[in-house]
Amino acid sequence: MTLRHLRHRQSVLWIAALVHRLSGLALAVFLPLHFLTLGLAIRGEAPLETFLRWSDQPLVKLAESALVFLLMLHMLGGLRLLVIENLPWRDGQKEAATIAAGLSAAVAFFLLACML
Amino acid sequence: MNARLYVWQRLSAAVMAPLVLVHVIVIFYATRKGLSAADILARTRGSAVWAAFYGAFVVAAAIHATIGLRNVLTEWSPLQDRGAGMLAGAFGVLLFLLGTRAVVAVVLP
Amino acid sequence: MSDSPSELTVSLWRGGQQGRYETYKVPLRENQTVLDVVTFVQRHLDPTLSYRFACRVGMCGSCAMTVNGRPRWTCRTHVSRVAARGQLKIGPLENLPVIKDLATDMRAFFDKWQQAKGAFVPSPTRSEDFAPIRPDSPARIAADAAIECINCAICYAACDTVRWNSDYLGPAALNRAWTLVNDVRDGATSERLQAVAAAGGCHACHSHQSCQELCPQQLNPTASIAGLKRRTMWAYLKGEI
Repeated sequence: MTLRHLRHRQSVLWIAALVHRLSGLALAVFLPLHFLTLGLAIRGEAPLETFLRWSDQPLVKLAESALVFLLMLHMLGGLRLLVIENLPWRDGQKEAATIAAGLSAAVAFFLLACML
Repeated sequence: MNARLYVWQRLSAAVMAPLVLVHVIVIFYATRKGLSAADILARTRGSAVWAAFYGAFVVAAAIHATIGLRNVLTEWSPLQDRGAGMLAGAFGVLLFLLGTRAVVAVVLP
Repeated sequence: MSDSPSELTVSLWRGGQQGRYETYKVPLRENQTVLDVVTFVQRHLDPTLSYRFACRVGMCGSCAMTVNGRPRWTCRTHVSRVAARGQLKIGPLENLPVIKDLATDMRAFFDKWQQAKGAFVPSPTRSEDFAPIRPDSPARIAADAAIECINCAICYAACDTVRWNSDYLGPAALNRAWTLVNDVRDGATSERLQAVAAAGGCHACHSHQSCQELCPQQLNPTASIAGLKRRTMWAYLKGEI
């Protein structure tokens, strides 16, 4: 895909689909790491506690809220699709997609605020 | 994607919607309370409820991620149905195994 | 670089799948469509230019091309609306093999129409009464909303899922299948649902809505495809397909 194709791909809904796909891929990459971290608890509380202490750093907290942002984006975008696909058609998809993005950002910022 | 894969994809998504909601709330709660590893594990160890909750989450996530990844591979990589299915399937098995191990790690008394 | 107000700088795709854009200067008129521009080039500047058109009035869909990055009916696109700074870039429709210059090979588009079972299959015999169809029945309203497709392939050219998935039947074919699934007179619903539930069928759609955004008839294939998803999902769960 070359740059000249970017014209109608500036549409909100095309971007929403791209965001949905990229966030899904990012979450898929993150999950094994998340499971490995939790698996530390097999060896007792200490290894998990060490990790939790390490993750107290601001940069890690930022990364964690970014992850929650991606999760909310992916879920809310997916819910929008489930509505399109299972209920009678409703217009206003661009608005719905934009609201979903805003809500995701709000949740992530709120979490960040709680953490710092 | 055909009807069968679609149904599994959408069903696993629908199952996960409430699970994600609870999970995000749990994250908020643990963050506000400043829970340590010991605090968290004290709540999860020996709990059938958490075992069922996160067990279901792992299964649904493994199914959903596998089919999603397969779709992305068939559209964005040279792989087609069989190759994409095998690679995505392998990833799904990995998620399931690591996820089950993680659930066991936190709920085993 | 600015043109004199009386002239357009027009880049046209010349060649087949491989080729390049060549530039022409075309007089700018007050009321001018992109099709007028292409026709001027072929008649006065370069008779070897190949392109398609027929009705010139937005009824046949033959003149669809990519104009400044978007697929459009060239006969219904006024130059004043698209020629920023007097420049036009015109190429053949995307997602279809190029035969020559601005003309594409549309066989794949029409083959997929057949694969989606996009043709009416009659059911009753001569001896039966006409089927009474109320225009305000939900099925007829759904069919009517999608029926005005003239096979111009703009949606097909705009769809990235078509670009990424060579099996994908595409918005137009699936939209037509939806109108037939809602036609109570049709006798091939089961075969049609099976056709659109296979790989490359309605489930491949990602709801980008590029089709809906660019359809000159204001159709909404995304909605039609969502309807097919609903029908095929229930048919699958009930073991009918």
